[in-house]
Amino acid sequence: MDVFLHQFLNLEIMRQAWPIIFKGLQMTALLCLAVIPLGLMGGLVLATASLSGSAVLRGAVKVLIDLFRALPPLVLLILIYSGLPFAGLNLSPFAAVCLAFTLNTSSFYGEIYRAGIESIGRGQWEAARSTGLDAGRTFAHVILPQAVRNVLPDLVSNTVEVVKLTSIASVVSFTELLYAADMARSVTFNTSPIVLAAAIYLVLLWPVVRLMSRLEHRVAA
Amino acid sequence: MTLLSDPPILDVRGLKKRFGALEVLKGIDFAVAAQELVFVIGPSGSGKSTLLRCCNRLEEPDGGSIRVDGVDLMDKKCDINAMRRRIGMVFQSFNLYPHMTALGNVTLALRKVIGRNRRDADAAGRDALERVGLADKADAYPAELSGGQQQRVAIARALSLEPKIMLFDEPTSALDPELVGSVLAVMRDMRRAGMTMVVVSHEMRFAREAADRVIFMEAGRIVEEGPPERIFSAPENARTRVFVAEIAR
Amino acid sequence: MTPFERFVDTFLNPRMMARYWPDIAQGMLVTVEIALAVVVTGVALGLGLAVLRSYRVRPVNALIVMFVDVLRALPPLVLILIIYFGLPSIGLNLSSYAVLWLVLSLVLGAFAEEIFWAGILSVRKGQWDAARSTGLGFGQTLVSVILPQAVRLTIPPLTNRTIAITKNTALGTVIGVAEIINQAQTAVSFSGNATPLMMGAVAYIVVFMPVVLIGAHVERRFAWRRA
Repeated sequence: MDVFLHQFLNLEIMRQAWPIIFKGLQMTALLCLAVIPLGLMGGLVLATASLSGSAVLRGAVKVLIDLFRALPPLVLLILIYSGLPFAGLNLSPFAAVCLAFTLNTSSFYGEIYRAGIESIGRGQWEAARSTGLDAGRTFAHVILPQAVRNVLPDLVSNTVEVVKLTSIASVVSFTELLYAADMARSVTFNTSPIVLAAAIYLVLLWPVVRLMSRLEHRVAA
Repeated sequence: MTLLSDPPILDVRGLKKRFGALEVLKGIDFAVAAQELVFVIGPSGSGKSTLLRCCNRLEEPDGGSIRVDGVDLMDKKCDINAMRRRIGMVFQSFNLYPHMTALGNVTLALRKVIGRNRRDADAAGRDALERVGLADKADAYPAELSGGQQQRVAIARALSLEPKIMLFDEPTSALDPELVGSVLAVMRDMRRAGMTMVVVSHEMRFAREAADRVIFMEAGRIVEEGPPERIFSAPENARTRVFVAEIAR
Repeated sequence: MTPFERFVDTFLNPRMMARYWPDIAQGMLVTVEIALAVVVTGVALGLGLAVLRSYRVRPVNALIVMFVDVLRALPPLVLILIIYFGLPSIGLNLSSYAVLWLVLSLVLGAFAEEIFWAGILSVRKGQWDAARSTGLGFGQTLVSVILPQAVRLTIPPLTNRTIAITKNTALGTVIGVAEIINQAQTAVSFSGNATPLMMGAVAYIVVFMPVVLIGAHVERRFAWRRA
């Protein structure tokens, strides 16, 4: 038992590691602040494009979305982070990570928007168009607000996934929360810093997960 | 023929039931003799459904006793699953299993509870479906059947277990008017065959022609009971009179 | 060399492809094996927990909810690192493959439990009433009447979630599991060429794209209409 506490819940080591872990947390927050809005917008763009009249555009978007949903985010990240320099493109680590994550989450947000938009019955389109609104305004003022309200739980759920996704940046040595914690681990040979990082994720995300759970069950029951 | 000395099939004494702070049944005494058809009427919220659902312990009573065919349902040693086979229940919303055919619906309990093998169960099932006039729909799924047909399959499902008493909780309330007749016809047949039945329903014409006794409930109590001619034409209690006048409209 | 030729040489080099495709193929095998194992244990765990939850024993349910919440809130990589680096010190030595399989199974189990539970809850109460009133016991009702209906509702969200979680097999590279990207990274550092990376990406698409497409097909087929 003592060994367990020493290895996983060593408060002294956690205290020592806190400064760099806090810096890592700030980096994680920055990453989220960049990727979530970009992903939400990117997803909207993709969803709108998937409704376009042009079959070519629709097809291209579908292939893109399927591609990014089939590719693990870590692989995309490594591809961009390690691969682009080979092509002569030197992005800052932050930019590379943001690009990879935005591409990935846009596809998932895009799928969610698309499902929401498709769930709005034809009647809404017909009503709006028959009062003279053009397609663009109908979409923006009638369809989209309802679609977003319908899929809000899924959007929230995916946003939780994005926050968890940032931990993957640690694999390419990007100094977010988990990387900082892992650094502390390798220096101290003790797992407590990572447990601390886990606790931080729990503090941030457990309330949201609990709320989502309650919403899910109310809808289902 | 029923002898007066025969014990009642269903014997309810002092039944009480509350949901949270709301007392829905405030002490019900009622008994049903073999082969009787008892109709229970009353305004919504009077506790009629709850009374029925207590009789096979789908709702757990908070007080009083329920004896079915001489067995005390509230006794700790009572095997409620075995007793439920002796009590058939038909619901307002049919509650057929959508993922099984009509025959599957009827035979499930035969196979799983009584343990009959497939062939015997199917034979008994087809027999029950025959009795409700749906032998040709044995392999249809509930989604392919009309409301009236679904309810008749539900009746067959209960009948196949050869219950001693059948409880009907608003069996025709969810049906389109033109389908009600088919279900009432089945119920008439069952009555003629000597089944003991308790029916909660608004079908007053059916009550007049088929019921042995009508019970009027209000606010968790039995207000009046008697033969249908009296209850519908000349009830003694003022509140009964008000209710009967309302539904006659 | 023109830029295009340079691009091809860096990312689509035929010599590199010929040299490293066996390693990538080996990685694909590992990825698929672990993914399949995770799916089997994860879904079984989720179903088991949901069935357990339907017995409504308060303390058990509290534990299940807590377990599920924690596993849904934590990034899988965090759990992988904690278990991989921490367990040996308390005497448990699991291989990196075992750790990867364990963590991903637990995560899938947690998400699957929520999905199955939502499915069970969505079956109308009348179904329980009808089955119990014919004398079927709790367990029999659950197995013969409730679960068949519940499961149909769970197929779409379950396939989606399963795909998302099995893609996390890529995380195994961090603890040395020789799956696809791990093989690719090794090849890149040996050869100084980015072609193995492209091969790795293609390998993942080859493995998971069919699954994504089958998933979409399954989703459409199981658009369940309540009777």
